[in-house]
Amino acid sequence: MNFDLHALEAVLLTIVTASTPLLLAGLGELVTERAGVLNLGVEGMMVMGAVAGFAVALTTGSPELGIIAAALAGAALAVPFGVLTLNLVANQVATGLALTLLGLGLSGLIGERFVGQPGVRLPHLHIPGLSDIPFFGPLIFGQDLLVYLSLALAAVVSHVVFRTRLGLVLRAVGDNHASAHALGYSVIGVRWGAVLFGGALSGLGGGYLSLAYTPQWVENMTAGRGWIALALVVFSSWLPGRLVAGAYLFGAVTILGFFVQGLGIGVPSQLLSSLPYVVTIVALVVISRRRGAARADTPACLGQSFVPDR
Amino acid sequence: MRLELEKRPERSKIMAVVSPIAAVVATLLTGAVIFAAIGIPPLKGLWVFFLEPFSSLWSIEELVVKATPLILIGIGLSIAYRANVWNIGAEGQLTAGALAGSLVPIFANSWQSPLTLVAMLALGVLGGMLWGLIPALLKIKSGANEILVSLMLVYVAQLLLDWLVRGPWRDPHGYNFPKSVSFDGWQTMPTIGDGRLNWGILFALVAAVALAVLLRRTMKGFEIRVLGEAPRAGRFAGFSSDRMVVFAFLVSGGLAGLAGVIELTSTVGQLQPNISPGYGFTAIIVAFLGRLDPIGVIVAALMLAVSYLGGEAAQVALGLSDKAARVFQGVLLFWVLACDTLILYRLRFVPGLPAGETAR
Repeated sequence: MNFDLHALEAVLLTIVTASTPLLLAGLGELVTERAGVLNLGVEGMMVMGAVAGFAVALTTGSPELGIIAAALAGAALAVPFGVLTLNLVANQVATGLALTLLGLGLSGLIGERFVGQPGVRLPHLHIPGLSDIPFFGPLIFGQDLLVYLSLALAAVVSHVVFRTRLGLVLRAVGDNHASAHALGYSVIGVRWGAVLFGGALSGLGGGYLSLAYTPQWVENMTAGRGWIALALVVFSSWLPGRLVAGAYLFGAVTILGFFVQGLGIGVPSQLLSSLPYVVTIVALVVISRRRGAARADTPACLGQSFVPDR
Repeated sequence: MRLELEKRPERSKIMAVVSPIAAVVATLLTGAVIFAAIGIPPLKGLWVFFLEPFSSLWSIEELVVKATPLILIGIGLSIAYRANVWNIGAEGQLTAGALAGSLVPIFANSWQSPLTLVAMLALGVLGGMLWGLIPALLKIKSGANEILVSLMLVYVAQLLLDWLVRGPWRDPHGYNFPKSVSFDGWQTMPTIGDGRLNWGILFALVAAVALAVLLRRTMKGFEIRVLGEAPRAGRFAGFSSDRMVVFAFLVSGGLAGLAGVIELTSTVGQLQPNISPGYGFTAIIVAFLGRLDPIGVIVAALMLAVSYLGGEAAQVALGLSDKAARVFQGVLLFWVLACDTLILYRLRFVPGLPAGETAR
């Protein structure tokens, strides 16, 4: 029995590391979409975060600096997106796609000399006593910094969006930009803030991949996680609490795939690798069907450009 | 000083022509800056990347070969995007088409007749259509976002291909390499002349002209434009947006499938884990650069083909990574979208603070 408990603990720990990048990127996109902006460039900003985090951590030896670099890289890539969609009112879908294509290309170019190099791993927290509690210790008190940060951020985002004036303005801009503008709020300004926040968190999510999940750089290492994060935002009905649940559910599905593979059951590895993508499609279908025609919780101005009429 | 957009009374016809040219020029300038930043003389870099591909007959033929899948996929995506249907999973539909087309040489290997190739091409189109039908049906039956579903299916298709070439479809005499049997005879696309040029480009040009006529001269084309630009008006006119979603995915998926099987029968020659250098994604750029117009797409596809060839040349001549081509492609799409603003808006620089600030 003791052995089983250890195995379960190991599985749960990997589920946490697989879920955290999805949660971080999803939270960023949730805020962006709450402001009425659809940024399909999550995958590109994540992969830039991954390469920047890895490169800075490797050259400075500090994974913490790597994390900061990852967030900055994600936000930096969000800047051209903001200029195009907010200031030049370009199509958000097309610009987001451009961002993903650019991010994948640029990260590949930058990361070329880091391929195959051993990375720096983000240390796990160790609180003497607490972290040593069997089973629960490592799970609750022995994660790395970003795991706690991601969960704390989910709580903060939830509070800010629903319990503060800033959140009210954010939702007003996303639900009815013309009224928000008429009330004197700077629609473009709020959206810029949301886009940069989204970029920084996507970058963090990517940095988590190259600093904690698998501390190395592999081209396209995000492998569609940015898109899964986008799906998770829809899945969560734009609610941070449900996003946490969704991210962990997806983390669990991914790890379950690896686990089944480890058991040596004669299932092709490709079938298990495709599991997260198939589950994403199924989840999208289920959630869209359930919500049906009443799309009340979608930000009403999602994807629409705003031109102030002075 | 701030930037202000002023809506033009109507689409600027001049800007519609100037904008893609301006985007290309801006991309070249960006390229020069990037080259200078990484220590390559800018003029030499631009020469190798963008002009050398035109310097010999061989490379012009190669250009056409590379443009073929981009034209086929790009025109299909143009139709879809015009109708406001966002298929971004063409890479998956390309893979599905290649898999379907391979059924013939893998299960009827000894069949050699012109019909062999016809059957392969037809199956390729069908495969791409079927793969495209999944997001279309999920969209109209349950409202699932077609962007995400079509993109997820890219990964599924590539993993399916990976499994097949490493497992059941692997060539038993292939020394355990992850490859299917090699195609030959009528399992491959006949060449034009003795170079690399093949019949594929003819399919692409015919399809482009056909879609251009459809878009400009037929009721269906009108329906596409109305549903894309004014969905409400389209519904009042009795056009069904559900049927349009299916139509757009069948056309774009089928053409991507055709591109896949043409690639397979001409340049690749057998199934292997990698059959496309991201043509399905590059074609998104092609569609926008070509103004979502089938004839414009032909020009745009040739330009993007230059970046693939230039990327290969730059690897040899400048020691530059092949990733550089993808960076240029991404930058180009950014500039295209930025310059497109000029078609609908005038830019004005106005002194003072942004409007939102002065209001309070």
